[in-house]
Amino acid sequence: MTARLAAIRELVGRIPDPEIPVVTLADLGILRDVIDEDGAPAVLLTPTYNGCPATEAIAAQVREALDAAGFADARVRTVLSPAWTTDWIGEDARRKLREYGIAPPACMAGAAASAADRAAQAGAGVPMIAPMLRQPQPACPRCGSADVESISRWGSTPCKAHYRCLACREPFDYFKPY
Amino acid sequence: MDSQGEPTMERAQQIEYLLRLADSPLVLAHRLSQWCGHGPVLEEDLALANISLDLLGQARLLYQHAAALAGGDASEDRYAYFRDVPEFGNFTMLELPNSGVASAGAGDPDYAFTIVRNAMYAAWQVELWQRLTDSSDAQLAAIAAKSLKEARYHLEHAADWMIRFGDGTDESHARAQRALDSLVPYASEWFVPDALDAEACAAGVGIDCAAIRSPWLERMHTIAGEATLRWPGDSEFCSTGKLGRHSEHLGYLLTEMQSVARAHPDAAW
Repeated sequence: MTARLAAIRELVGRIPDPEIPVVTLADLGILRDVIDEDGAPAVLLTPTYNGCPATEAIAAQVREALDAAGFADARVRTVLSPAWTTDWIGEDARRKLREYGIAPPACMAGAAASAADRAAQAGAGVPMIAPMLRQPQPACPRCGSADVESISRWGSTPCKAHYRCLACREPFDYFKPY
Repeated sequence: MDSQGEPTMERAQQIEYLLRLADSPLVLAHRLSQWCGHGPVLEEDLALANISLDLLGQARLLYQHAAALAGGDASEDRYAYFRDVPEFGNFTMLELPNSGVASAGAGDPDYAFTIVRNAMYAAWQVELWQRLTDSSDAQLAAIAAKSLKEARYHLEHAADWMIRFGDGTDESHARAQRALDSLVPYASEWFVPDALDAEACAAGVGIDCAAIRSPWLERMHTIAGEATLRWPGDSEFCSTGKLGRHSEHLGYLLTEMQSVARAHPDAAW
């Protein structure tokens, strides 16, 4: 069983994300675990955003890969807790995102990434004013400049915002800290 | 996966509480989806479509959880598409047309109205989800932890625009003020517990909805102040959407939203 679980982990882990195919389900932390559940393997996936349309496509891709590789008895289950965070995206995946033209997310843990989080950490009653002005800005994934401006809070997918580099003038996607 | 833990309130009551929590994001998601292709600028069109998707995702998780508790032929689609107006427990504010309270559903959609409504509701959701992360219903707590991140982002978006409108031109200020004046009375029901709220709170499943009024008001006062908007005085009015007694607008909304599913009741999507 252990060998089967490891084989499944390897198989599912390298499935590319349907929206950002340079990174895999393992890279993004969407594949949480592969476990022995009453004698059958179970693949545990976690959704990114609640409304992300890719969630169902990912589950279908995983099912297809399992069936094609002879793991028809494996179950695919969704787990919500702990809630997915971009902090699970590893260094290697961040490099791949940058090379693909997407600025990787700032770290959420420790230094809270958004003003709303800082307010929440400091206490419920803390007021929140124009927080976008105080958010950390990504560096341009092409030229590395920190001189960038926000164009749109949402980009080509729910998980990305749209930015423009003021040094090289190229627009780019920013994977939002979440 | 549904780790429900020990039942701490009557199952039927718990399901009703979950449906009430789900109906509000579903109805607002539908209202926001009506902006799709009609947003004032492309970036805002994208923003509202994505906020709508987030809210729809929240509603789906809650309906799925309720359906798992109910068993039988209960499903998210049955809850969303095959219940009628009195069975919906969404807040009345969220069913109001995008054109505003006084428009009776006619007239152009008003972006100030949408933004102020979103700010008020997102600020309420931040308080709600924060507290529900401690719910004795483990699945509800997991849904809350995910949804909290989204609500904060929605609040940032709406608060920024509310400030820009309020502290903008005479026209944008007047429209934001009009939206605020007309919407604030509809928030009253958010903070007045009924028997179901009280039961859910006592069981540790739900929140004390009266207790979040003060942090909500403080946050909204701050945003309104920054936006140079005047917070309206108290009103006697208290809407009754969560009790199933709705404005005239919900029927039209449901008719549109449910028409395809009802025309093809056995279709598989």
